[in-house]
Amino acid sequence: MSLRTPLGKVLGRGSAGVGVSHWWAQRVTAVALLPLTAWFAISLVTHALQSYEVMRGWLGQPYVAVLAILLVLTLALHSKLGVEVVVEDYVHGTGAKTTLLLLSTFVHVAAAVAAVFAILVLALS
Amino acid sequence: MNRPLSPHLGVYKFMYTMSLSILHRITGVAATFGFLGFVWWLMALASGPESYARAMHLLSTPLARLLLVGFTFSFVYHFCNGIRHLVWDTGRGLERVHARRSGLAVVIAALLLTALLVWLGCAALAPGSTP
Repeated sequence: MSLRTPLGKVLGRGSAGVGVSHWWAQRVTAVALLPLTAWFAISLVTHALQSYEVMRGWLGQPYVAVLAILLVLTLALHSKLGVEVVVEDYVHGTGAKTTLLLLSTFVHVAAAVAAVFAILVLALS
Repeated sequence: MNRPLSPHLGVYKFMYTMSLSILHRITGVAATFGFLGFVWWLMALASGPESYARAMHLLSTPLARLLLVGFTFSFVYHFCNGIRHLVWDTGRGLERVHARRSGLAVVIAALLLTALLVWLGCAALAPGSTP
């Protein structure tokens, strides 16, 4: 016998109301990152790292720039979600936990904006 | 606030799969710092040839090279073990014998892929390499 309300069963979110979406987003970004990171890493070491000119020429192509933007945004989100789980599991003081979670959010948003900006500069100049 | 806390790690016999589990989190956090370094490097690239040359010079010091190898391993291990976790999420491969075997496979794959990436990266960076 379940004590859950019919609405609770339909929403399927658990007692905190948000846990499943966090868990699920971490898996969705993980799946997206498998091809994106593999493609980027292989491209870097097989040719793009050779010189500044080769790197710019490669990242300047429209489809490479779009995939690179998708990569950094997905990476930033996956990293943010992961750090949140680690901080929530190992940091117990409310003050320290809140400070670290805030810091992580700011750093991840700033890193995502900086990375997208850099790729756009490379692609559009 | 001294309630008993679960899990009671001390009562379990040590198995290497335990280290692989915590290593997934450690490499994940390390990969976060690697990501921040990657964004710094992207900004240097976008700032022009001089700043890119300065960044690459900074990355060529022995300490930076060691860190790069560490970040590469962190990323590759997290990538391989992440696939293992995604398979587990489907309910497959959770039996003890399968989990131990896949753990061993992840360690071997991560070490081999790290070596391959570092080798290819060094070759690409070597002066005189042709496109």
